[in-house]
Amino acid sequence: MTSRTNEALPISVRNVTKTYGPVHALNDVSLEVRSGEFLTLLGPSGSGKTTLLMVLAGFTRPDCGSLKFGDREVIRTPPHLRDVGMTFQSYALFPHMTVAGNVGYPLKLRKVPKAEIAARVEAALDTVQLGGFGARRIDQLSGGQRQRVAVARAIVFEPRILLMDEPLSALDKKLRDQMQIELRHLHEKLGMTTVYVTHDQREALTMSDRIAVVNHGRIMQLATPRDLYERPANRFVADFIGESTFLPVSRQGDTVVFDGTPLMHDSPPPEAASLLLMIRPERVVLSREGPREGVNNFAATATEVVYQGDSFLLHAALADGAQIVLRGAMRGANVTALPAVGEALTLCLAPEDTVLIDGGEA
Amino acid sequence: MEAVRTNEAGLRRDEWLERLKLFGLGSPAILLILVILVIPVGWLFYVSFIGADGTFSLENYERMLKRKSYARIFQTTFEVSFLTTGLCILIGYPLAYFIAGLPNRIANLCLITVLLPFWTSLLVRTYAWLVLLQKRGLVNEWAISLGLWDEPIKMVHNMTGTLIGMVHIMLPFLILPVYGAMKAIDRDLMKAASNLGASPRRAFWTVFFPLTLPGLFAGSLMVFILCLGFFVTPAVLGGGKVIMVSMKIVSNIELFVNWGAASALGVVLLVSTMVILWIASRFLNLEKMTGGGH
Ligand SMILES: Nc1ncnc2c1ncn2[C@@H]1O[C@H](COP(=O)(O)OP(=O)(O)OP(=O)(O)O)[C@@H](O)[C@H]1O
Ligand SMILES: [Mg+2]
Repeated sequence: MTSRTNEALPISVRNVTKTYGPVHALNDVSLEVRSGEFLTLLGPSGSGKTTLLMVLAGFTRPDCGSLKFGDREVIRTPPHLRDVGMTFQSYALFPHMTVAGNVGYPLKLRKVPKAEIAARVEAALDTVQLGGFGARRIDQLSGGQRQRVAVARAIVFEPRILLMDEPLSALDKKLRDQMQIELRHLHEKLGMTTVYVTHDQREALTMSDRIAVVNHGRIMQLATPRDLYERPANRFVADFIGESTFLPVSRQGDTVVFDGTPLMHDSPPPEAASLLLMIRPERVVLSREGPREGVNNFAATATEVVYQGDSFLLHAALADGAQIVLRGAMRGANVTALPAVGEALTLCLAPEDTVLIDGGEA
Repeated sequence: MEAVRTNEAGLRRDEWLERLKLFGLGSPAILLILVILVIPVGWLFYVSFIGADGTFSLENYERMLKRKSYARIFQTTFEVSFLTTGLCILIGYPLAYFIAGLPNRIANLCLITVLLPFWTSLLVRTYAWLVLLQKRGLVNEWAISLGLWDEPIKMVHNMTGTLIGMVHIMLPFLILPVYGAMKAIDRDLMKAASNLGASPRRAFWTVFFPLTLPGLFAGSLMVFILCLGFFVTPAVLGGGKVIMVSMKIVSNIELFVNWGAASALGVVLLVSTMVILWIASRFLNLEKMTGGGH
């Protein structure tokens, strides 16, 4: 492939709103995607991910707002002049062309010489592990193969901005893992600014530089995968990314109190009217010898114990009935005897794992 | 080791029964085709080879080759059919495109109006054109009073009138399949084309148009073949100046009571239609053009 000299472009979305009747598909969305960044939109079905992508590509005209690629305002630029690559949720492959015809289409439009088209098409197909499939017709491909042709077609002309709408959803787990790595490599090699849509939180955490969690047409939080997991902005984000249980806590002066006991916590609580303590199952430590020093201790009773091979899952009830879920490694004393249902336990949470989040309804 | 083949005979019998049932369902239609198509067409062929003296002869075909008037009639027939088909494409395709872009409810309304002409008889519509287009007709009167032209223009009893009438009658046969093909196109395809850098015009010609070709082809073929055998409209609006094969057949029977000559004309028309169909299907490999099987 020829390497292009032009730089990747930052994307700047400002105050974009799109309504369909009473539905706010996008509700005053603002988003800065850095140049060369791999940004993922993650959110439940119907949250507005595709709509945002369609606004970026120019197929959906928002009610209002501004969109810039670099310094260029493009909100009113027609799609064919935006020069962004895109994979559609429905693949949108041309049924009257072969695989090579599909992948070569954007190159043909750009008047690339024939021999170079053939070479670049083959290289793009190799990238998606479909080398030698060029002569096939689209209806002779499986769903996953079609999806990969769509990816090849979107990257073959090396656009400076690449939009992908769940491009790996139809692949089996193994192929998906391979393609995730392949897409990451490709992104590092070509350096295009990428906006990626997925349902799959693990995929988002694996691939992204930053993740924007979307719900009801609004961006709930934009952060690196690590920050998103460790410091979710609110209950929705915490719930959506990973598992967690929440305990209501209250502020008393400078301290945060749960059930009358002050909590030790490393990071300051957010400025919010109501607070929640977020507990990730894998961060809770089980103590069978009573409270420990330097951590927050919760007295609890085991209500359910599930053996899961490499780990075990333990549901425990606190004195006030609140449930905490704990995931423990199958190691040491746990291998010989897992806690029994009804056993009195102490659950320990280190101050750095004591995360307080905004408890207001987002 | 021999594989165990359980229920083999029973399964094969089920398959047979299924086929038999399908054949049973089809048998009335097959019988009907046999009675109203195969037998009469065979009879047609037979009669065409019977001379005036009642014995086998090729005179009906020889006459067609010898007389210039026959060549002219065939030429007119194909000319009218080609022109009508061409005009139907020129008018019908953009119209179908327009309707396909409308919201569903309005599009359905439009389709009903396209079909409206079918609600009245062919003859009535043809005579209506005669009234509208004649020298002292509505179109000439209005055009003159609006100052579009000064002298009445001759629009009937010639090729123009014939074509106007034929196109009007044939248009729905073209629009419906083309519209169907257009509606079946996934909207994301056009989006993908423009996303990949195609201007709207380029996207139309490289993606949309090729995908409507099967519909356009089917519609055109239908119009063309219907035109080849058309009688009423050219007879009324052509005013004796546009003579098509069908009209010659009628005059052969009504004027000269020459069934042999009429049958021979019918045979030639039938055979040439079949040849056209065959050539069309050979040259336009539709299967390949559209990706087939959708
Ligand atoms: N053309 C449309 N007309 C009316 N409502 C629409 C239209 N397109 C989208 N919507 C609505 O806008 C909201 C956002 O839709 P969108 O397709 O962006 O969701 P999504 O996040 O991509 O969902 P998924 O993960 O299921 O693909 C949904 O409530 C949807 O019903
Ligand atoms: Mg979507």
